[in-house]
Amino acid sequence: MAGLIEVRDLHVRLGQSHILQGINFDVPEGGVTALLGRNGVGKTTTLRALLGLVERSGVVRYGGADITHMATHRIVQRGVGYVPEDRDVFSVLTVEENLRLAERDGEVRYDLVYDLFPELRERSKQLAGTLSGGQQQMVAIGRALLNDNRVLLVDEPTKGLAPLLVTEVARVLERVSELATVLLVEQNLGVVARVARDAVVLDTGRVVHTGPAKELLADTAMVNRMLGVG
Amino acid sequence: MSTFLLLSITGLGLGAMYFLIASGLSLIYGLMGVLNFAHGAFLTVGAYALWFTESKLGDVSLNARFLIAAIVSLAVATVFAALVELLLIRPLYGRHIEQVLVTVGLALVVTALVTAIWGNDARVVAVPTWAGNTTTIGGAHIPNDRWIEIITALVVLLGLELFLKRTRYGLIIRAGVENRAMVTALGIDVRRAFTLVFAIGGLAAGIAGVLSSVYFTTVDPQHGTALVIFAFIVVVIGGLGSLRGTAMAAVVVGLVQQYANYYASSGLGDLSVVLLLGAVLLVRPRGLSGSFA
Amino acid sequence: MRRLVVPVALFAALALVPRLAVDVPYVFQYGLNSPGTLQLLALCLVFAGLALSYDLLFGFTGLLSFGHALYFAIGVYVAAIAMTRWHWGFWESVGFTALVGLVVATVLSAVSLRVTGIAFAMVTLAFAQAGSILAFKNPYKWTGGEEGFGVDYHQLPAWTVGILNTKHLYWIALVYAALVFAIVQWAVSSSPGHLWQAIRENELRVQVLGMRPYLYKLMSCVLASFLATAGGVVYLLLLGGATTEVTTANFTLTLLLMVVIGGAGTRWGAMLGGFLYTYANQRLGDLSSSHAVESLPAVISTPLQQPLFVLGVLFILVVFFVPGGLVQLFRQRRPKTVQRLQEAVQR
Repeated sequence: MAGLIEVRDLHVRLGQSHILQGINFDVPEGGVTALLGRNGVGKTTTLRALLGLVERSGVVRYGGADITHMATHRIVQRGVGYVPEDRDVFSVLTVEENLRLAERDGEVRYDLVYDLFPELRERSKQLAGTLSGGQQQMVAIGRALLNDNRVLLVDEPTKGLAPLLVTEVARVLERVSELATVLLVEQNLGVVARVARDAVVLDTGRVVHTGPAKELLADTAMVNRMLGVG
Repeated sequence: MSTFLLLSITGLGLGAMYFLIASGLSLIYGLMGVLNFAHGAFLTVGAYALWFTESKLGDVSLNARFLIAAIVSLAVATVFAALVELLLIRPLYGRHIEQVLVTVGLALVVTALVTAIWGNDARVVAVPTWAGNTTTIGGAHIPNDRWIEIITALVVLLGLELFLKRTRYGLIIRAGVENRAMVTALGIDVRRAFTLVFAIGGLAAGIAGVLSSVYFTTVDPQHGTALVIFAFIVVVIGGLGSLRGTAMAAVVVGLVQQYANYYASSGLGDLSVVLLLGAVLLVRPRGLSGSFA
Repeated sequence: MRRLVVPVALFAALALVPRLAVDVPYVFQYGLNSPGTLQLLALCLVFAGLALSYDLLFGFTGLLSFGHALYFAIGVYVAAIAMTRWHWGFWESVGFTALVGLVVATVLSAVSLRVTGIAFAMVTLAFAQAGSILAFKNPYKWTGGEEGFGVDYHQLPAWTVGILNTKHLYWIALVYAALVFAIVQWAVSSSPGHLWQAIRENELRVQVLGMRPYLYKLMSCVLASFLATAGGVVYLLLLGGATTEVTTANFTLTLLLMVVIGGAGTRWGAMLGGFLYTYANQRLGDLSSSHAVESLPAVISTPLQQPLFVLGVLFILVVFFVPGGLVQLFRQRRPKTVQRLQEAVQR
């Protein structure tokens, strides 16, 4: 059964560094697939490569179509939402403008977004640059949910957030996973345990493990070895 | 006092023209990262279109002639700028430095072409009489064209701000100036915004071309290049990518140039502007507005 | 050692040109060893050297400067002023010019290098503009304002003056070009030279490794500027006068064109570009008044009469299709020019 996203022999080079050295993995439709690994192994680069934000070689298929040489905006128009690692909200725009910018053709789900993040409605006219980290994260996730996207690429959504907010985000991710497939890069294993169905582990530009998330996390020896928590 | 007034208004008039050119440069650099050396060419193309159209409308009244020619000039400059983006800049998408080089080449080519066809000498432009007259305020006899320049620049500034704040493309451009990659990651084709920004730049440069023709009462191949160097200085002093900063810097540069030329010595005005640039860059590399795309 | 064979042979061959009573139809209007042709070739050689001095900054160290013309102009004007206005002897004037060039280059570069990337480009433009304005303003009536002035040939060494001595000027230009080539080759392969190229690739990494890029960039700037000043003196000998044309931003831009057309950051690219550009600029001027061109329809012949039109179009074509410059046509490797230029601007 083909995955929603299929990656074969993906290579990414930036200057002298060979960051991704032939990645292979699938993202099955529905549920959350976690992309794990220590810092610097290439997780963020993988997401960016899927979106075409970096030069890549190999084969990437999404929903059966070959998107390897497709421009970023075309890929996104096929129903991809992106929540970047540093949120990348536009600080010179208001919250409302940030969301409005993300509108694409078709149905926009402001109700869903404001239901998940009531605070965004209150802070509509506030400049996104003056928001706290957690609020910016809400904007970043909100605009990815605005459209009826088929898949969401989410990069470390809990980074730098207070524990209360981390739980919030996990809750949101659970809710989101009912609506779309999620490829989640996350260092917080608690969150991963809560929401992820499958896991793909990277180590220095290669895939070193794939399998059900629960099994991986239960094996503490493997976790220590591959994710270097110790 | 009346001299000071005259100098100030003239300075503002010059500043207005610098702003018109610099605004396009600033937007283009802010959004696309392209230093558009061909901007002077947009101005030259517009100015010559003005002169050429006028010369073909022999038996129409002066005011009508000028107005029609001005409209044609603006249209030509805008279309030219859009074509430049589509044919020369867009194919080099992602290759920043080649984009800049192409604009350098284009600037030289357009100046050479204009010189080839119409020669190096300045050509006289027929200007509506009331523009050539003066208004007396506070003892100062101020040429009316200064008012036109100032008002036009204000209108353009207002228009640009409204465009940026109230339209979808304005939203895209504001976001794109901050983070172009993220805009594409939202499914938006920024390339259309690029063409639009070039067209806007062309329009503004065209307006500057018309105004400079009125100011100098002539068109000549060097006007574009001379003004564009100052426009670059204004953009850098004001902060690349910031419209407000550009407006402020344009006013400062225009005024400094006039005051220095008069109160110090002729020619020193240009020098002071150049020194001002050096000073600003060394003290505050991000320019007056603090932004540095 | 092998790397020396080609350059030595080439320069030796060029040295023989004044002895060759040969006609090259179409390429040159007159015979090879005629004063007219030698003057043209000498000019080409001066610009070959000048372009290479610019490439040192640009292609090798990754510094995009819009003010290189200033140092060339210093070479031209200071020497001319010293000899003509102050009535100094030739060698004193040259020595003084070298000193001025060195001091101004050091001071201005030290200041400009406090910023990088676009800001650096703009500061260099600003300084050069200031110099240009100064020349136009004609302080103390020294610079001759917009028209420039002719140098007092009584101060020049006898063997450089007069049509019959053109071949001496040719040899001086050749020596200049050869020296610039030798110096740049040596500098680039020396250890500061390696650092320049490292800085061009990744300045941050150089800093992290504990070295101070600023000093090395300064070295590169001062050397490049000094070579330009030397070129200015040779140019003065060739033309016998100073004009404001050499102080303009346009002039620096034509250097940029030369380097890019030839191929930035390569061994021969800049020299090739400088040589060919200068040749084309002159010959296109001759050609445009020729019978063949005038008989073409006006639409084609009119633009062709402006050398800058042709060269500008050529430049655009090179940027589009052969970004590594003309030298890329002789190699199979990927063009590095573009990468280099990109790095220069992205700081």
